[in-house]
Amino acid sequence: MHKFLIRSFVSSLVLLFTLTVAAVAKDVKAAFVYIGPTGDHGWTYQHDVGRKAVEAAGFKTTYVEGVPESADAERVLRQLANSGHDVIFTTSFGYMNPTNKVAKEFPNVKFEHATGYKREHPNVSTYAARFYEGRTILGTIAGTMTKSNVIGYVASFPIPEVIRGINSFTLAAQKVNPNIKTKIVWAFTWYDPGKEAEAAKALIDQGADVIAQHTDSTAIVQMAEKAGVYAFGQASDMDKFAPKAVLTSVENNWGPYYVDRVKAVANGTWNQKDTWHGIGDGMVVISDLDSQMPADLRSKVKKLQADLASGKVHSFTGPIYDQKGNLMVAEGKTADDGMLAGMMTYVKGVEGDIPK
Amino acid sequence: MIIDINFVGLIIASIMASAVPLILASCGELITERSGVLNLGVEGMMIIGAISGFALMTVTGSLIVAVFGAMLAGVLISTIFAFLTQTLITNHVATGLALTIFGIGISAMIGKNFVGIPGKEFPILFESLKDTIPLISPILFGHSIVFYFAFALPFMTNYFLKKTKLGLIVRAVGDSPESASNQGINVRLVRYACILYGGAMSGLAGAYLSMIYTPQWIENMTGGRGWIALALVVFSTWNPIKILIGAMIFGGLTIIQFHMQAIGVRIPVQFLTALPYIVTIIVLVVISRDSRKIRLSTPSSLGKSFHKDN
Repeated sequence: MHKFLIRSFVSSLVLLFTLTVAAVAKDVKAAFVYIGPTGDHGWTYQHDVGRKAVEAAGFKTTYVEGVPESADAERVLRQLANSGHDVIFTTSFGYMNPTNKVAKEFPNVKFEHATGYKREHPNVSTYAARFYEGRTILGTIAGTMTKSNVIGYVASFPIPEVIRGINSFTLAAQKVNPNIKTKIVWAFTWYDPGKEAEAAKALIDQGADVIAQHTDSTAIVQMAEKAGVYAFGQASDMDKFAPKAVLTSVENNWGPYYVDRVKAVANGTWNQKDTWHGIGDGMVVISDLDSQMPADLRSKVKKLQADLASGKVHSFTGPIYDQKGNLMVAEGKTADDGMLAGMMTYVKGVEGDIPK
Repeated sequence: MIIDINFVGLIIASIMASAVPLILASCGELITERSGVLNLGVEGMMIIGAISGFALMTVTGSLIVAVFGAMLAGVLISTIFAFLTQTLITNHVATGLALTIFGIGISAMIGKNFVGIPGKEFPILFESLKDTIPLISPILFGHSIVFYFAFALPFMTNYFLKKTKLGLIVRAVGDSPESASNQGINVRLVRYACILYGGAMSGLAGAYLSMIYTPQWIENMTGGRGWIALALVVFSTWNPIKILIGAMIFGGLTIIQFHMQAIGVRIPVQFLTALPYIVTIIVLVVISRDSRKIRLSTPSSLGKSFHKDN
């Protein structure tokens, strides 16, 4: 009898312990810090889609939107770390220093910073997407589809991420059509639909018949639709906003990475990493190709997509020259990640100067 | 570069299209300010108009319901401002700022379910005439009804203020509420009406952005145009025709600087981007520099609360 009692007591203890461990493991809480509103249908919106994937995987999440890249960010991070969050994703470049500073104060909380390069403490990881691979595909399509040989490009701010995109796009377009010109207009905003539409209109009025964008709203593809020219969606699939104009979109797909990392925290296998994923890892996704593209272009793009994914093709393969004709990448070589991360010069064929 | 005449027409047409929300909101605010009320909530009323118009268009499918609904939403939110400043005699500046913050917040909340939905096509008028006369046609034809209304509005506002009895009453209330009150004019009623009218015009300006100019909803999509509209009222010295000029210069420089960039003019882009703000203010200050006229046209009781019993 005693034996039975002890045994059942011990087994129930074991059961309780397992349950507790399971509960603790499942109880990982993830927090997300956003630069913009989740309603921007662009950068922040896509991060929030990723957050919802984490939620769907059975974890608790919270988010704070519209956090300025200032001392406010530190305050928000501290508060999140203090209120029992196990992993915090900071989703804008400007959170780099606040993230590292707060990470030092909370060694048991994991920090994941998007698009940065500082990992000063063992509990800080960084991650980014190789969007330029997507722009290689867009450039190939633009160079083939243009009839006027003038391609418009609405840019946001002169930072390496944007310059890299312009270069990757132009190199790919030149490869299929050496006569093209890329005209660039800087809107100096990430999203202001009115301004973006005006910038696109100016490019269209000046003869551009394909418009690419590195700003976030759908105003540009809508303007292209009105004017009867082609365009590409940014961050999410924008086809329904401009069914005739949008040839394809480059989508930011953070969900799989977020679920992976939160699971790693739950399993205790989280370690410091620097992740830079592209088409191959599914962080950069190419939407459906529009049927207006000729069949041979579509199959060419599919092949290019597969080659970029497998690493057979690199967006920056030499010889690459800058605007002045200096060699940037030698023949047969590819640009390394260090060069890509700090890219602040245009390649040959891009018109104009980078605003300083 | 060869500048062909149709290209110039296209540019002028885009400039006019970008000036529409500024003209609408400024002319509305002008009437409000002429009655002596300073409403800094233009940005908030505009964004409420933008989300209301877009939401009603999506839900009901009717563009007419959506346009008038947006104006009504502007009226409703400005009623809060009117009640606070006219009935409870709160400070105009603080209440107006609160209205803007409130508007931005509540529009974001309502708008959560409307992100990522494409807008409907808004009908344009005289489309068949668009290619008939070079230069003139793209400017005159092929625009929405709101566009034509906006360009008529400054002249109608001018006529209203200068030639009608009601306009005289509005100005009297703005210049000297005490005398107006002694003449038997219900100052509070007039101010209520002017505030609600300003709200309706701001609502329409917002609806133009979310339904016609860039048919979509995203948070904060007015992007500070409400503040520019407010500045235009002051720098135009409360003259609707000068508002039209100011809005055209502002819209024009925004668009021309994009064209200069695309052509490859070697001027620092940051300077080009700042140009619309700088030049609009300079031009309006220069054309309105007559200090005697400024004194005459500034509503003397602007921003001051009026209490009938004191």
